[in-house]
Amino acid sequence: MADLGTQGAAVQIRFRDDDLVDHAVVSMEDFAEQSNANAVRIEPGEDARALIPHLDQIALVEVNFPVFGDGRGYSAARILREAGFAGELRAVGDVLVDQLAIMRRCGFDAFAPDTPLDAADVETALATWPYDYQAAADDAVPIWNLRHG
Amino acid sequence: MYQYDKYDQAMVDARVAEFREQAQRRLDGKLTEDQFKPLRLMNGLYLQLHAYMLRVAVPYGTLSSAQMHALADIATKYDRGYGHFTTRQNIQYNWIKLEDAADILADLAKVEMHAIQTSGNCIRNISSDHFAGASADELVDPRPYAELLRQWSSFHPEFMYLPRKFKIAVISSDTDRAAMRLHDIGINIVKNDAGEIGAAFYVGGGMGRTPMIAPLIREFVPLDQLVTYSEACLRVYNRYGRRDNKYKARIKILVHELGAEEYARQVEEEFAHLLDQGIEPPLAELERIKPYFADPAFEAGLPTQADESDPDFITWAHNNTNPHKAPGYTSAVISLKPVGGIPGDATAEQMHLMAQLAKEYSFDECRVMHTQNIVLPHVKIADLPALWRKLADAGLAAPNLDTIEDIIACPGLDYCSLANARSIPVSQQISERFAARGRTHELGQLKLKISGCINACGHHHAGHIGILGVDKKGTENYQLLLGGSEAEDVSLAKITGPGFDEPGIVDAVETVTDLYIAERQDGERFLDTYRRIGMAPFKEALYG
Ligand code: SF4
Repeated sequence: MADLGTQGAAVQIRFRDDDLVDHAVVSMEDFAEQSNANAVRIEPGEDARALIPHLDQIALVEVNFPVFGDGRGYSAARILREAGFAGELRAVGDVLVDQLAIMRRCGFDAFAPDTPLDAADVETALATWPYDYQAAADDAVPIWNLRHG
Repeated sequence: MYQYDKYDQAMVDARVAEFREQAQRRLDGKLTEDQFKPLRLMNGLYLQLHAYMLRVAVPYGTLSSAQMHALADIATKYDRGYGHFTTRQNIQYNWIKLEDAADILADLAKVEMHAIQTSGNCIRNISSDHFAGASADELVDPRPYAELLRQWSSFHPEFMYLPRKFKIAVISSDTDRAAMRLHDIGINIVKNDAGEIGAAFYVGGGMGRTPMIAPLIREFVPLDQLVTYSEACLRVYNRYGRRDNKYKARIKILVHELGAEEYARQVEEEFAHLLDQGIEPPLAELERIKPYFADPAFEAGLPTQADESDPDFITWAHNNTNPHKAPGYTSAVISLKPVGGIPGDATAEQMHLMAQLAKEYSFDECRVMHTQNIVLPHVKIADLPALWRKLADAGLAAPNLDTIEDIIACPGLDYCSLANARSIPVSQQISERFAARGRTHELGQLKLKISGCINACGHHHAGHIGILGVDKKGTENYQLLLGGSEAEDVSLAKITGPGFDEPGIVDAVETVTDLYIAERQDGERFLDTYRRIGMAPFKEALYG
């Protein structure tokens, strides 16, 4: 069974204090057969909900973005957070600075971009938005809740 | 009219700052065009045949006079002195320099406007009934609901990279003036048997190369679940919409392939799940929004008749007004379809004048119609003659609303890099031909729509008469379609047969209208006659 995962070193940005998972990251297909894996990768088109019965044994879910324009990974991430997943949710692949803020809102807390991002650009991108209109997977209070206390 | 509070303003200002920085990186050569493209597209900036085009959002088509003045100023300062109103109630400028784009967005932000999500595969600007809050036939003003959905869809983190663009229209009337069922989501605000207000959802309509009429997915969504249900519709689409083929990526294909019932079932499942997530805004937000759309202070006891001594005025007043809910008022349409003109274009001077007239005669408000005209929604009937005179002096009094001169045409090969054929010259020739022969009013309501390619930005599928530009061995060729409608009697037009060259298509339109006049029975519109007698006689007349 191949280790699909990014090595720890490729994780460029991380918003967690726990240790990096150093186990092999397996595909969804292998995960279904390999009941002791604790790190799994979701490709676009795969159903994140298939992981829900196993969330207490999973420490890391990688969501692959083969091209930045394929937005299925945003739904996968939110679905996992909505199901109570508290482990590491890592965006890998064609992850660009301009998507970081919305990825954070969908629940990603680690990023392993194919092309490393400029640190200053990352800081600017994450500081762009003063408020958020709607609820998502982060703990932001939507504007309409701010308005009505 | 809706007004920004500090939150709305802060979000738009943040966007301007972000874009200014991105555009600077591009101008400095730190971003390649490939890297910059998705960023500029998120801000409505397209690269066209000759220059950049900027599309500015006009939420639910409503503008204050200050906003209309600002749009005119942008046309003067940054473009060639005019702008183009679009079929999605927006405005676009065709001659923009990249160096100026951030300054334009800053100018827009000063009047609570922006170009956010006017392109890209995200939820686009939300459109509505152009007679909202004025028309005698509406249940409630649909715009507060559209505004709530505007907020929900702005920068929505899960739905910025959908399979394809996503368009929502909200109406609240049995009369559909917004092509509601030809949208990705069409919402009709309705009353149920218990007398409660809620939303009927139609999902999966659209034009483009595979036109579809949206089926009803849910009859009634309570108002305190409106956002959650919308979110469920979008999530099912984001997860399962096709991404393997750009031309099959719109939600209409998903709904069609799954079947409306199965799509609705999946939405229900997601909806049940999302209801537990507590994502719905407090109902108080809708209550906060509603007063912005409250009726202006209509006067009572006004005359319901205008001075009709001028026959030209009578023609205009009869054609270009719509019954108003308040006695003594009417909604007056300013046609941007002068004979031989470019449909939807307005000069800066005309925009300034329309803004001024909105202030003087219509409680400071005007609307962009999806038919590329402008409405003054609340005009005193007694003021109509004075209004008409001012419009006529400025060349804005064409009395041709919903006639064959009121053509919808996409930019076509004159501007658009995807075009097969020019749309604008064909529309100019048709309106000139019919006006010159004095046939326009004899034909009555006749909606003619022209697209320069299969993408159907000119809504040709929904025209009583539609024209589609195709490429035939390297020359421009035009197919003729008959029998479409975007209104409550929605239907898709059918192709008559082989296409025509440019002079040929103008003749062909005349041929089918001649047949209509010969065949029509009492009170029938072109569309009614076509529906009664069918395609065969028209084919016979065209190709016979
Ligand atoms: S219909 Fe085609 S030619 Fe016309 S604007 Fe759309 S893409 Fe361009």
